[in-house]
Amino acid sequence: MPRRVLPGFKLSLGFTLAYLTVMVLIPLAACIAKATTLTTAEFWAAVWTPRARAAYVLTVGASVASAVINVLLGVLLAWVLVRYQFPFKRLFDAIIDLPFALPTAVAGLVYSSLYVENGWLGQYLVPYGIELAYTRSAIVLVLVFTGLPFVVRTLQPVLESVEHEVEEAAAMLGANRWQTFTRVILPLLLPAILTGFALAFARALGEYGSVVFVSGNMPFRTEIASRLVVDRLEEFEYAQATAIAVVLLAISFSTLIVINVLERWSQRSHV
Amino acid sequence: MSEPHARFAMGSAAAAAVKRTATLVPLRKSIGYVARPTSGVAATLETSHPSEPQAHASGAPSENADAPASTTAPAPYDAIPTDSVPTNNISNWKNAQQDPWWVRLTLILVAVTSLVVLVVIPVVNIFYQALSAGLHTYWDNLFNDPDTRHSIWLTLIVAPTAVVANLIFGVAAAWAIARFRFPGRSVLTTLIDLPFAISPVVAGLQLMLLFGLQGYFGPWLREHNIHIIFAVPGLILATMFVTLPFVARELIPVLEAIGPDEELAAVSLGARGWQVLWKITLPNIKWGLLYGILLCNARAMGEFGAVYVVSGHIPGQTQTMPLRVDRLFQGYNTPGSFALASVLMLLALVTLVLKTVLERRTQRELAEAAKLHSPEIES
Repeated sequence: MPRRVLPGFKLSLGFTLAYLTVMVLIPLAACIAKATTLTTAEFWAAVWTPRARAAYVLTVGASVASAVINVLLGVLLAWVLVRYQFPFKRLFDAIIDLPFALPTAVAGLVYSSLYVENGWLGQYLVPYGIELAYTRSAIVLVLVFTGLPFVVRTLQPVLESVEHEVEEAAAMLGANRWQTFTRVILPLLLPAILTGFALAFARALGEYGSVVFVSGNMPFRTEIASRLVVDRLEEFEYAQATAIAVVLLAISFSTLIVINVLERWSQRSHV
Repeated sequence: MSEPHARFAMGSAAAAAVKRTATLVPLRKSIGYVARPTSGVAATLETSHPSEPQAHASGAPSENADAPASTTAPAPYDAIPTDSVPTNNISNWKNAQQDPWWVRLTLILVAVTSLVVLVVIPVVNIFYQALSAGLHTYWDNLFNDPDTRHSIWLTLIVAPTAVVANLIFGVAAAWAIARFRFPGRSVLTTLIDLPFAISPVVAGLQLMLLFGLQGYFGPWLREHNIHIIFAVPGLILATMFVTLPFVARELIPVLEAIGPDEELAAVSLGARGWQVLWKITLPNIKWGLLYGILLCNARAMGEFGAVYVVSGHIPGQTQTMPLRVDRLFQGYNTPGSFALASVLMLLALVTLVLKTVLERRTQRELAEAAKLHSPEIES
């Protein structure tokens, strides 16, 4: 290893490690340690109740659904924003980042009031039997909002970097626009789409603030796993809460690993 | 060993900025390509046959000698740069990236409608509901309710404290990771990302397990009369955890792109460590730094899940603004909760504007760095 010329290696690395240990590692260790105070049977009894199962299914299901919608919407938005010109384009481009900047509780608050019977949008939907307030659909809808920027922002730079020669070649060889899109452009975008999907999914898994406002938190029907953790905590069932939290941690860590693998793969396919 | 950092190029929006600089050249090229002048004849022909681009696209003109092919072929000769374009397929070259007008119109309408429904209507609705009872009531709701007033004040303490802590951490971590090679470096970057993957509620729970009354440090804390959970320090710790990665994630790619040359020069001229930091590094990365602070602050002010768990919801003591919005809403004080929410929305809009400005500055910072470095790579 070459001699380090720049100063501050020990100080900066030492501080970084100390900070991470105190802020991340010790709390994580506490979580695991608490979970291990339960016997295996107790652990399963805590994490595998019918109510908890319903909550996992809802959390994962709503996250997948919202991430899929985010991908479809994200491809459309990225395409329109990169390829077309229309009035107020830059404004629309900028507001896509609003879900990053807006507290999710505020998003939940406003979404919960828009779709009730006398809300701005509910008054047109409820008469047709589309009731979105306090349902599972409401959870998916608000998760679509919070995950909106991920797919668009991952796709935009990739779409911008697609050389026009590629499409020209496709056109010269006789492909129509739809064929060019599905067979030439989409495969180029696929790694970015998958990354965007994983990011939106990961975000949706952990989302709490917006969901509790819109869902109504009915056990078995509209209660997400995070809410169940809070419920157990409010009953002072710390060990049970921790057990469910460990399951959540396991799900989100596997997502993180998948994201890392995807990113490595997409970089390789880009180089 | 530079791969671990490219991973930062995905995920956060600023990272998109980083990636964008990498694509600046093709981007410029494509703009120039679109804007390339065409002669009047070719332009009118293209707009008059917009619905059949594949006829232009696929066709060698000799194949079927119909009108458009024969008239388009000679027209744009004056506009062709002589180097790259095959002369017999001008219409393809122009139409290859052009979609039919009805496709364009439909897609734009769907995109704009979905953005209006998802984003614009909620934004307008918040201000409408907050102000629907008049400006006077709005003011009363915000500033004549002592608990709401306290929540604003509390957020103004909690968020900046967390931001400053993570700022110091971010600079230190970025310096260590971007300027030195050491074993376990990629593990370290993954560790920094970890709080993004952990549900905020679980983050709050972890703090309860450590510092709560039944927690591991609970008895010791009670003995010494230190309150963390259900008190301000708990709120700060929870916010710090959730916003930990932001500054570091923004800074690492910026520092990597700028490279260590100026710092090495300063050291060789006898500068001490802190002098290098204050006079060289920080001025170089200032826009990226501000960008990280901005994102970190937006998240810190709006954090809900993690602080919800550790707050205890004592009005006038441990309610930050988002928690206060929740409590007002649960207590059926809808105008009050929307009034406070409108303040948060306003902050978000300000953040958005600043973000757009800073993004452009950061891009320029990176583009300049890239320009500085490109001759070295070639030589």
